[in-house]
Amino acid sequence: MAETYIGAPIKRREDVRFITGTGTYVDDIKLPHMVHAAILRSPHAHARIRDIDTSRAEALPGVVSVFTLKDIGELDATVPIRMYKIPGLDKYLQPSLARDEVRYVGEPVAVAVAESRYLAEDALDAIDVDYEVLQEVMDVREAMEDKVLVHEHNGTNLAGVHHVSIGDADKAFAEADYTRREEFRVHRFTGNPMETRGIVAHFDRGKGELRVYGATKLPHLNRQTIAAFLQLPEHKCHFEENDVGGGFGIRGELYPEDFLIPFASVRLGLPVKWIEDRREHLLAANHSRQVTCELEIAARKDGTLLAIRAQIYGDMGAYVRTHGGLVPCSTGALLTGPYRIPNYQAKIHCVMTNKTGLGTLRAPGRVESCFYRERMLDMMARDLDLDPVELRRKNLVTPEEIPYEIGFTRPSAHPTILDSGDYASALRQALERFEYDEMKGIRGLQEDGRYHGVGLSYFVKNTGGLEPYEGARMVVGEGGGVSVFLSIAQLGQGHETAMAQICADALGVTMDAISVFHGNTDLSPFGWGTFASRGTVMAGNAVHLTALQLKDKILEAAARHLDVDASGLTLEDGNIVQPGTEAPALPLGELVAHMRESITPEQGVPELEATAYYNSNNITHTYGVHLAHVAVDPETGVLEVLKYLVVEDVGRVVNPLMVRGQTVGAAVQGIGGVVLEELVYGESGQLLTTTFLDYLLPTSTDVPPIDDLVLEEAPSPYNPLGVKGAGEGGIVGTAGALGNAVSNALGIEVKDLPLSPDRVRAWIRARGDG
Amino acid sequence: MSTKSILNLTVNGKAYEKLVEVRMTLADFLRNELDLTGTHLGCEHGVCGACTVIMDGEAVRSCLLLAVQAEGATLETVEGLADGDRLHPLQAAFQDRHALQCGFCTPGFLMTATAFLKENPSPTDAEIREAISGNICRCTGYQPIIEAIGQAAPEAGGKPRE
Repeated sequence: MAETYIGAPIKRREDVRFITGTGTYVDDIKLPHMVHAAILRSPHAHARIRDIDTSRAEALPGVVSVFTLKDIGELDATVPIRMYKIPGLDKYLQPSLARDEVRYVGEPVAVAVAESRYLAEDALDAIDVDYEVLQEVMDVREAMEDKVLVHEHNGTNLAGVHHVSIGDADKAFAEADYTRREEFRVHRFTGNPMETRGIVAHFDRGKGELRVYGATKLPHLNRQTIAAFLQLPEHKCHFEENDVGGGFGIRGELYPEDFLIPFASVRLGLPVKWIEDRREHLLAANHSRQVTCELEIAARKDGTLLAIRAQIYGDMGAYVRTHGGLVPCSTGALLTGPYRIPNYQAKIHCVMTNKTGLGTLRAPGRVESCFYRERMLDMMARDLDLDPVELRRKNLVTPEEIPYEIGFTRPSAHPTILDSGDYASALRQALERFEYDEMKGIRGLQEDGRYHGVGLSYFVKNTGGLEPYEGARMVVGEGGGVSVFLSIAQLGQGHETAMAQICADALGVTMDAISVFHGNTDLSPFGWGTFASRGTVMAGNAVHLTALQLKDKILEAAARHLDVDASGLTLEDGNIVQPGTEAPALPLGELVAHMRESITPEQGVPELEATAYYNSNNITHTYGVHLAHVAVDPETGVLEVLKYLVVEDVGRVVNPLMVRGQTVGAAVQGIGGVVLEELVYGESGQLLTTTFLDYLLPTSTDVPPIDDLVLEEAPSPYNPLGVKGAGEGGIVGTAGALGNAVSNALGIEVKDLPLSPDRVRAWIRARGDG
Repeated sequence: MSTKSILNLTVNGKAYEKLVEVRMTLADFLRNELDLTGTHLGCEHGVCGACTVIMDGEAVRSCLLLAVQAEGATLETVEGLADGDRLHPLQAAFQDRHALQCGFCTPGFLMTATAFLKENPSPTDAEIREAISGNICRCTGYQPIIEAIGQAAPEAGGKPRE
């Protein structure tokens, strides 16, 4: 085979069902006798529950059941922390339904089940809850004072602290020519996949088995938790993801509803469906970002970076959810970026407030830390009268220094190591492609009456790893068709295509002979999930390794059949061939037919299948540059992004169509988050942005065409394929590049996000000429 | 709350007579009563456009209409776009250009674009951008969708549909 599937822009096989409207998302599932659940949520940010009376609701026609925490009784469980388990966080876990107190607007209080979603929602209006409203605390600074406690019995809102200490930052600061201290804030926003969350749970009393549809991202982990909660054996719980309308961190995590809907099905012996509406999604599914950072930098006057120190505060909301301290800790993890900064000290605070819980959103913590660092570097360049590009170039880790061990930047047994890269080369190519030298003069008021500016950010992003393994199982069937069963889920990325490409190359069969199945706990006994840009790294390598094992088995079986030595055989395009001989090719399908019909006991079992896990604690790091040209209207404060470039080295591209799709999509998501989106809380801790009329997502007229350049200069030495994850590079640098561009345009120093018109106007007014 | 009404309408060329709850939305009717689940609900308040269908030639939000408002109407949904196994030019272009990832918003974009190309069979990129600005996609960044609609325009726009 002269050409490989890996690297080819192959159209996605997933697409046909989606463009014809025949995909199966969770709300498309309809089971006989299925009933519908709706969830009563707290209208208060903080209140004591004195009493819940469900009698009126239960008497309504069409209502099947209404239940509260009392009904869950001793089965009661909490949403578990799965990552970044910083000591102390486990005292702030969320129960399935509020216990005694509600701590954020949107917290589940009771569940109504009825014959239709309409009737279930009607029933919610008839549940009477007597609340004693308590004082709420909504701001991290105030929460740190512990005057109002989110969890009174814990005595503090500071749920956990993590320290990072590399080198001797204090000494470096004492000796530095130059230091600067700034406080940066990133606002609260969230992923908003187009499909809201949803679950169909079906407990079959006859079989004693539970089937849960709509599980995604982490089906195995969620099964483990729910099976333990319901006291069912894991192998009798089947979690299926179906098609999924986007993930972005938020979707597929375990939430209170993941307990409640299966519980309802077990209790009633009926299939129960719950589909979240958008208001619920904004109120109840994970929020993200909102990390504040007091950042200090120390350098020589020639611009050589010596040290950074940081105090990082994560606004965790009312409960610590599955991600534990991930968002603020990841902010600390790559704060030093691609630069040689030998001394680094950080203290990361996880602080509770009366908001919805915090979880991940595409490149969690990394978007934030890139913003802080890259803004600080631009400020430093101005202070020291250095060219901002030269300042960065001077401090970039060089290829000779790589692998570059930053040190223990995470609460993990493994140090952070930059595995491969030529950082200066990516920077050079980015500047050339953007025509930066011609553009950098465009600064301040221009002929169109707007203030223009160009901004740059440099990022590194960990991909893969976090959890050590993923697996694949392959079976050759009739006609030589190959079934690939993955342990990971898909949330819209295109694994069915990409994994078939990887399998076809390693195995030596054509892609159309391969079917890829995923996201079902029955397919594989173990699995972690699809997050942290780990799909291609972890599952891709698992597929590669499995295919190599399967190929050996196929060739051994063929050797027995042909009575030749296996070392003289190879598999090409689905045919077993004997290079250098006149022997005719044996199609794989014929070998299978033969094995079925004529295998002898001496030849053993007719096994043409293999299972392998790719297991690695090594984390790969992509890297690259974002460049933005913006124009700001001084009268309206409206920011227009005129030109945007993302350059990222992903090691090795499996499918350039999909990598570009990830990059462009992530960049637009990033621009939206930085400019438009914000979860705004008002008086009494009410979330004000509960529709898409208030929570503004970017639309086609809000964003420019995104230019992208994907590099393959630095394959990862850590995995057989040399791949790194491509899902997040497009978003990591958005806040940094846009923050720098707006600062350059207006001659100010942006330290807060979002870059919304009201805030931009305020900065212009504060400048004194607006 | 169980006031019901008889509804007559045509969807993708097929005539239906159904007894429906008067408060049921058109989107829920299509999805739950006719099992046409290609029409998706992303916000249920008329902003995201995932539920867009064509009613009497115009792109409408089926989450903002009651089913009974479609009395006597002719509807087209995403399920009616392809001709058997032959994809509509817009569908083919969406696949060519990788104009979808999770696919959840895709039916809405396809129906918006179908109605738009009938009005404007040879649009500029800027006109396409404007035309789809009422549909939200979280995956693609819109660019490949704009390219796909531009690619399909010569064929899709000129082809009258019944």
